[in-house]
Amino acid sequence: MTAAAAPHDAGLHAGHDDRPWLRRYVFSTDHKTIGIQFLFLSLTFLLLGGLMAMVIRWQLGFPGTPVPGGSILPDAMAPGGVIRPSFYNALVTMHGTFMIFFAVMPLLTGVFANYLIPLKIGAPDMAFPRLNMWSFWLMIPAGTLALAGFFVEGGSAASGWTAYAPLSNSPLYTGVSAGQILWCVAIIIFGASSLLGSVNYIATVVNLRAPGMTWMRLPLSVWALFITAILALLAVPILAGAIIMLLFDQVLGTHFYLPTGGGQPLLWQHLFWFFGHPEVYILILPAMGIVSDVIANGSRKPIFGYTSMVFAIGGIAGLGFMVWGHHMFVSGMNPTLGTSFMASTMLIAVPTSIKVFNWLGTMWRGNIHFHVPMLNAIGFLSMFVIGGLSGIFMAATPVDMYIHDTYFIVAHIHYVLFGGSLFAAFAGIYYWFPKMFGREMHDGLGRWHFGLTFVFYNLTFFPMHLLGLGGHMRRLYDPTQYPFLAPMQPINVFVSVSAFLLMAAQLPFVWNFFWSLFRGPKAPLNPWRDNSLEWTVPSPPPHGNFVETPTVYRGPYEYSVPGEPEDFLPQDRPAPARQEAH
Amino acid sequence: MAPAVQPAAPPAEEGIGVYTQKLGMWVFLASEVMFFTALIGTYIILRWGSAESWPVPQDILNIPLTAFNTFVLICSSVSMVKAYAAATHDDQKGLRLWLVLTVLAGATFVGVQVLEYRHLIHEGLLPSGIRDGSPLAARLVDSGKLTATAAGLFGSAFFTMTGFHGFHVTCGVICMTFVTIKAFRGGYSGGRFHGVEVIGLYWHFVDLVWIILFTIVYLI
Repeated sequence: MTAAAAPHDAGLHAGHDDRPWLRRYVFSTDHKTIGIQFLFLSLTFLLLGGLMAMVIRWQLGFPGTPVPGGSILPDAMAPGGVIRPSFYNALVTMHGTFMIFFAVMPLLTGVFANYLIPLKIGAPDMAFPRLNMWSFWLMIPAGTLALAGFFVEGGSAASGWTAYAPLSNSPLYTGVSAGQILWCVAIIIFGASSLLGSVNYIATVVNLRAPGMTWMRLPLSVWALFITAILALLAVPILAGAIIMLLFDQVLGTHFYLPTGGGQPLLWQHLFWFFGHPEVYILILPAMGIVSDVIANGSRKPIFGYTSMVFAIGGIAGLGFMVWGHHMFVSGMNPTLGTSFMASTMLIAVPTSIKVFNWLGTMWRGNIHFHVPMLNAIGFLSMFVIGGLSGIFMAATPVDMYIHDTYFIVAHIHYVLFGGSLFAAFAGIYYWFPKMFGREMHDGLGRWHFGLTFVFYNLTFFPMHLLGLGGHMRRLYDPTQYPFLAPMQPINVFVSVSAFLLMAAQLPFVWNFFWSLFRGPKAPLNPWRDNSLEWTVPSPPPHGNFVETPTVYRGPYEYSVPGEPEDFLPQDRPAPARQEAH
Repeated sequence: MAPAVQPAAPPAEEGIGVYTQKLGMWVFLASEVMFFTALIGTYIILRWGSAESWPVPQDILNIPLTAFNTFVLICSSVSMVKAYAAATHDDQKGLRLWLVLTVLAGATFVGVQVLEYRHLIHEGLLPSGIRDGSPLAARLVDSGKLTATAAGLFGSAFFTMTGFHGFHVTCGVICMTFVTIKAFRGGYSGGRFHGVEVIGLYWHFVDLVWIILFTIVYLI
C-alpha cells in the first residue's frame, strides 16, 4: 500500500510555494513552521516560568522583604511588593505547571519532533498536517487559560503542579476556586494537543520513512521521539481522565476524591502518578535522543552500541509505567508493595546506565569537536548523571521517607529537568538553528551562555540537596519561621543569588537568538558535517522538504569511516566503491 | 493507489502494511483505551475499595430500557460491518442504506440515553448523589437501604462513565453523518473507502466500550 507514502496535500512539491501569507506563517500545516511556532511559544513560557522562579527565590532568600519591582503587582498578590503566602503557593504551582506542560514538553516534543521527524526520515511532511496545526493552536488557549488564573478572584491554582486532592478540589484549603477550574481546563486542552501530536509522530515514523530508512537506520533522536510519543499517547489520557474527574468534583459536585463524600484522595495520587512517571520520561527521552545525535557528531565517531541504545529507550519507557508508586512511599502503602515499586524503580538504572556508558563510549578516543551543541550535550551528560544518582536515593524507600517533600526532591527534579532536559534543548536549538532559520548563531556568545549557565546552574541547585537533607520543606513560604532552618538561611540566600545570576546568564542566549535570526551569517547546507537527511536539503528547507524522495543506504552515525575522504558519510550517499568490491 | 502529487516517487520503506489514516485511528484508539481505563479503574476503586455497600443497580437504573439500547448499539455495529462490506464491493446503494441505518441507530442510542438521564434526574439521581426529598431518596436512602455517601459515589461514577461514552457516541454520529453525506455524493466509489473503514473502527471501539460499561455499571 503505497498510498500511505505521501500526504494528499496539493502543492507539496519542494520549492513550489504559493500559499497565502496566513497559511504560510500563521495557520500553516507545514511541520517546519509548526515546529518553529512551538519554539517561540515554549521559549516564551520558559521565560514566564523562569520569572516566577525568580520571585519564588526572592521570597525564600529574603522573606518578607519587597520584591524589586514587585510594587506593580496588585494587592491581592503582593501588597507593597511583599509576596502573600497565597500568591507564593500560586507561583510554585504555576512555575511547575508552565515549566513541565508549556515549556519543556513542547520544547522537546513540539519543536524537535515536529521539525526533525519528517526531515530525518525523508518525508515531505507529517502524516496528518492539519491535525498537526491543531496540536499547536490548541496550546494557545491552554496556556492562556492557565495564565488567566492569576487574574480571577481567588488567584491562580495553588495546590502544586501535582494538584493533590483534596487540597485541589475544595476551595476550603487554598481559597482558590475559579483558578483551579481554569487550571483543569487548561491541562485538558493541553492533553488534546499532546494527543494530536503523538498520533502524528507515531503514524509518521511508522509509515512515511523514505526507502532504505529501516527501523535500525533511524537516528536515535527519531527513535527517542517515537517512543516518547507512545508514552505520551498512553499516559496523557490517564491525566485527562483524572483531571476531568477533579473538574467534576468542583463543578458538578461529584465525590471522586472528596473523603467527606466517600471519595478517595489516594485515587488521585495513583492516577496522577500513573501519568506522572511516564511524563518524567516524556521529558527526558527526547533529550537523550538529541544528545545521542550531537555527541556522535561532536565525537566524529559512530554512536557506541546503537542497538542497545534503542532497546534502552524502549526499556526505560516500558519500566516507566511500572514505577509510579515510588512517588507515594509515604502515602501509607503496604510496605511489600512499596518494596516492589522500589525494585522496579532501581531496575530503570540499568537501561539508563547503558545509555550513559554508550555516550561515554562514543566519546572515548573520539576526535572531539567542542562546538556549542557538544558542550551542552556534555553538560546534559554530566548533570543527568548527578540527577540520576540522586534519583536512586529516592527510589530507596527508607531514604525516601526521610527526604520526601524536602528540597532534596527539588534539587533532583531540577538536575534532571534543567540539567538534563534543558541543556539538551539548548544543544538542540544551537544545533538545528542554522537549519531552521538559515543563519548561524554566534559561537562566542553560545560558549559564554553555556559556561555561565553551567556554573550558576550548579551553584543554584546543588546546595538544595543540603537544604533538603537539613529538613527544608518543599513549597515552604518562609524558611525563617522554623528555628531549625534558621542556621541554613545563608544557603538559601546563596541559592537565590545564584538563581538570579542563572537567569541573567540567559541574556547572551536571548541576544544571540534574536541577533542571529536577523543578522547571523548565512548557514551552509551542512555546517556540522552531519550524516542525517535534514542536512542534505537547503537551510531552511523548502516547503515539501525534498525535491526528490531520498534513498537511504546506511545508518546515521557513520563518522570517520576508514578509507573515506571525509570524516562523515551522509545517509543518502550510495555505497562507496570499496564496499562493492567485497 | 499512487498519489497524483508524486507519480515518480519510489515506494516508501515498508511500514506495518496499514494505510496512514487507519494507522492513525488505531493509535488514537490506543489512547482512548487508556482514557476509559482511567474512568473504569476509578469505578472499580470506588466500588470495591469503599467501605460503603454499593447500590444494587436495578434499584436505581432501568435495566430493560438500557438493555434495549445496548441491543440497538450492537445492531449498529452490524450495520457498520455491512456498510463496510458494501463499500468494498462498490455497492453504492447498500453502502448508503447501511450507513443511514448506522447513523439512525447511533442517534437512537444517544436519544434513549438522554431520556434515561432525564428520568434519573427527575427521580433524584444527580452526579453528586441522591437529591433529598426525591422519590429515589424516599425509596432507598430514607428506608436505610443505601447511605447517602454510597449514593454520591454511584452518581459520580455513573454519570461520568456513561456521559463520556455518550459523548463519544455523539461524536461518532456526527462524523458518521459526514461520511454518509459523502457516500450520497458518491465519494466512496471505485475502491476508495478509507473513510468508511476508519469511522467503522471508531464505531466498533465505542460499541465495545459500551458492552464493558453496561456489564459493570448496570448488570453486576
